[in-house]
Amino acid sequence: MSWVVRGPWRWGVGIAVGIAALWLVLWVGSSEAWAVQQAAITGAPVTAWWIWPVALLVLTFVMGILAALGGVGGGVLFVPIVSGFFPFHLDFVRGCGLLVALSGALAAGPGFLKMNLASLRLAIPVALIASACAIFGAMIGLALPTNVVQTALGATILGIVVIMMVARKSEFPDVREADHLSSILRIHGVYREASLGQTIDWKIHRTIPGLLLFVVIGVMAGMFGLGAGWANVPVLNLVMGAPLKVSVATSKFLLSITDTSAAWVYLNQGCVIPMMVVPSLVGIMLGSFIGVRLLRTAKPRVVRHVVIGLLLFSGAKAITKGLGLPFFF
Amino acid sequence: MGTIVMPKALMRRRSDDEQLLYASILEVGVYLGLVVLLVTFALYVSGAVAPSVPLRELPGYWHLSVHDYLEATNVEHLHHEHVITGWAWISVIGKGDYLNFLGIVLLAGVTIVCYLGIIPTLARKHDRVYATMAAIEVLVLTLAASGVLAVGH
Repeated sequence: MSWVVRGPWRWGVGIAVGIAALWLVLWVGSSEAWAVQQAAITGAPVTAWWIWPVALLVLTFVMGILAALGGVGGGVLFVPIVSGFFPFHLDFVRGCGLLVALSGALAAGPGFLKMNLASLRLAIPVALIASACAIFGAMIGLALPTNVVQTALGATILGIVVIMMVARKSEFPDVREADHLSSILRIHGVYREASLGQTIDWKIHRTIPGLLLFVVIGVMAGMFGLGAGWANVPVLNLVMGAPLKVSVATSKFLLSITDTSAAWVYLNQGCVIPMMVVPSLVGIMLGSFIGVRLLRTAKPRVVRHVVIGLLLFSGAKAITKGLGLPFFF
Repeated sequence: MGTIVMPKALMRRRSDDEQLLYASILEVGVYLGLVVLLVTFALYVSGAVAPSVPLRELPGYWHLSVHDYLEATNVEHLHHEHVITGWAWISVIGKGDYLNFLGIVLLAGVTIVCYLGIIPTLARKHDRVYATMAAIEVLVLTLAASGVLAVGH
């Protein structure tokens, strides 16, 4: 008899173990955060320094798996959860969140570009707008009081939950005719759809409204230190009419440009603590690596519900923390 | 004199040139950045290169806002004339914690190099609109990287 759990139970057990690990880290984080606050008040010695990098490594590893399976970037889970339950100041969490989202995007970029799934011609105009706006977003975020940003972050996370719950996805949107601007810019492409064994020709429409939406997306990405895959994909897919796979890949690649501009602002302000950044990057990359491998057998709907649950939880925590209200956890 | 009509497939192949070039530069930059990041972190954590803020004391600072963190660590450990912001980390690169900025800066800077790399290809193809957009993007990212855009609470 083997101890290995097989069949549909495997997923239930896997997710339960993941949530338990996440809860454990959050619980430890929450308790330790309280201990650090008490230590600051009483002057008592602070807990061993290494507990934090290890906790971050474990947390980001689980996040990496859930993010890959749930179809979200790492930053959107990282910022609300770490700022809500760990003792790090929001300034450093946002800087680290941007670097987490950036490194994931940088790592995925070459593969997506070579496979022709990410389109450089689509990304260049969009990235120009989003990256310029992300700089302003980062400056606004760093200039505002922390409690205001924390509350707005919570509200944004809850808004993302709504988008994730209601936004439909269209595998191959019906774009009858490319609009004038996308024709001038020659934004179109072709890729091999392995699941259908077909070559897909694609073009886009509604380019101007799409580009205008990236003004808002860029500001929010910079302001909260979030990767903006949650917003990029619906705009590229549903508004501009790019096929879903092209939208997902181009969105991931876009983050490598948008987050770069905002990351520089945080970096230059000193919002980077290597002891936070490196374990987080390693954890999220290892987790994503495992997550992508699990994707073949995963039940996306279940994982998606777990991710939505986590976002609801961390969004509520961010709002209560920002407003100085008690939270049940 | 007739117009030469380029086959659609060939047109797409040509439009892929800058995309493949971008991907190649990005790939090298990311690997380099990650290797440097991991090596410098190992030097930092192992104590091979002493940090400005001792590891044991770090938890006493990271709950502070960035402004207070920089002030406190400067007063108690670095003793510099000004707090370390912008590119001033280069002046303290001999400290284990700031040594890690090398890898971070490589990762944050690789996109600028990628854009610079594709501008000649776009220009050669007389794709003036995209060459201009790529040049503006380089300016935007360089402005962000320059540290000129200072903010504070």
